[in-house]
Amino acid sequence: MSKVLMKGNEAVGAAAIAAGCRYFFGYPITPQSEVPEYLSRELPKVGGVFVQAESEVAAINMVYGAAGAGGRVLTSSSSPGIALKQEGISYLAGAELPCVIVDMMRGGPGLGSIQPSQTDYFLATRGGGNGDYRLLVLAPSDVQELVDLIMLGFDLADEYRNPVMILGDGMIGQMMEPVEFKEDLKREIPEKPWATTGTKGQRKPNIINSLYLEAELLEEHNHHLQAKYEKMKQNEVRVETYNIEDADLVFAAYGTTARIVKTAIAKLEEEGYKVGLIRPISLFPYPYDSFKNINPNCKGILTVEMNAGQMLDDVKIAVEGKIPTHFYGRTGGMVPGPAEIADKAREILGGDR
Amino acid sequence: MEERIIIAGFGGQGVMAIGQMLTYAGMIEGRKVSWLPSYGPEMRGGTANCNVIISDKPVGSPLVEEANSVIILNKPSLDKFEGNVIKGGNLFINTSLIDRKSTRDDINVYYIPANDIATELENPKVTNMVMLGAYLEVTKAVSLESIYEAYGKVFGESKLNLLPINKEAMERGAKLIREQIKVEA
Repeated sequence: MSKVLMKGNEAVGAAAIAAGCRYFFGYPITPQSEVPEYLSRELPKVGGVFVQAESEVAAINMVYGAAGAGGRVLTSSSSPGIALKQEGISYLAGAELPCVIVDMMRGGPGLGSIQPSQTDYFLATRGGGNGDYRLLVLAPSDVQELVDLIMLGFDLADEYRNPVMILGDGMIGQMMEPVEFKEDLKREIPEKPWATTGTKGQRKPNIINSLYLEAELLEEHNHHLQAKYEKMKQNEVRVETYNIEDADLVFAAYGTTARIVKTAIAKLEEEGYKVGLIRPISLFPYPYDSFKNINPNCKGILTVEMNAGQMLDDVKIAVEGKIPTHFYGRTGGMVPGPAEIADKAREILGGDR
Repeated sequence: MEERIIIAGFGGQGVMAIGQMLTYAGMIEGRKVSWLPSYGPEMRGGTANCNVIISDKPVGSPLVEEANSVIILNKPSLDKFEGNVIKGGNLFINTSLIDRKSTRDDINVYYIPANDIATELENPKVTNMVMLGAYLEVTKAVSLESIYEAYGKVFGESKLNLLPINKEAMERGAKLIREQIKVEA
């Protein structure tokens, strides 16, 4: 298929349909409203269902119902709306229901701003809802990767029976880039024998639930969930690294911030600096092991985020205190430019080239 | 080679549209491209701008800080983005709505009465196309063929009947440049 120029938010909708998603429940919020706009127009054309719910809380519970009945389901929102969905997300994780949740992050806390940010890293990777649960969290850096990760996300959700969160931001949602829908990424949608599709008198009813009144049983369920998360850590780490083996300074950044960092890297390299990049694509599971390949004599790791330092915690866990960690961030919806990022790098590197 | 462009004006002047046409045309020519709109709690008649990158390499930051070219359709945008043109870069000013000259002496400035030309063509909606024509005449960032193909992609096949008037507007902008209104840096 040839390339088309698409806005990130529309590409989310197109990728979901290409991945076989036929159900969307959501509530509009800037900067992701083009997702429901696109799907309200396109889903009915393929026999799908689009519902604008009365609230984010209703939407996520509709996702629970449709996922429980075996459907491929998508919901999307932006930070304050994702906050409202947390109870439902915890229930989905507890009941092991597959779905894809898109968060086009905006400045916070509270209602915050409508401009791009990355303030939901903790929420996404540590669980914004209650209980010991994990989401598979994927962070695209451009619109093509957004499409690829949405399509992959539906498969991973089904494979692990777990909610998958696509963590983007207002910038990737609003910008246009060429995209291609790669047919070869499409996989068979697996059978869902656990789904509540009607017994037809042939079998015992399937039950979708996250309530276990007996502590022993709930602990057993938790052990099962934790084993699943371990399997994700073994098999689903995704990362891009650049020049980390002999860099004097390594950047750590994800999503759109990472591509801004790449422009800063090009500037610094022109000036003769040796710099590298670790770009986590999966935020859970986190690519801790990649940090082991960093030049041991490297002067430091500079984490750049559109927040006050959240992924920084994972970078610190990864380097085990062996390499100094630095941070540069903008908040409130301000986007860091390549020049200010390069300035911070020069400050750390001193005159060393 | 990388062309980094800022296009700015009032909402409704078509700055997003010509940005998308450039982006599409770049894609048609097999270049790497990105289009990033400003978005905010804007109202009709408020300011609007977009950043376009057309490059031979994968696009890093889609945000344009150091622009090779800046296309300005209204005065507030001139005040805001004049400083973003790199030394030796190009600044295109719509003089129909902007009564001041550029204060920069290290860049190429082109003055285009775009609204007046569009009015002469009896279609005020093609103001943006006059600016686009002038821009393309100077930079040759993409070919006119690609731009015409991009027109159909951006505005849809149903608007192809309006392609001739848009072509004419672009040609008028280009002609103005050829007639040397260029003020040397």
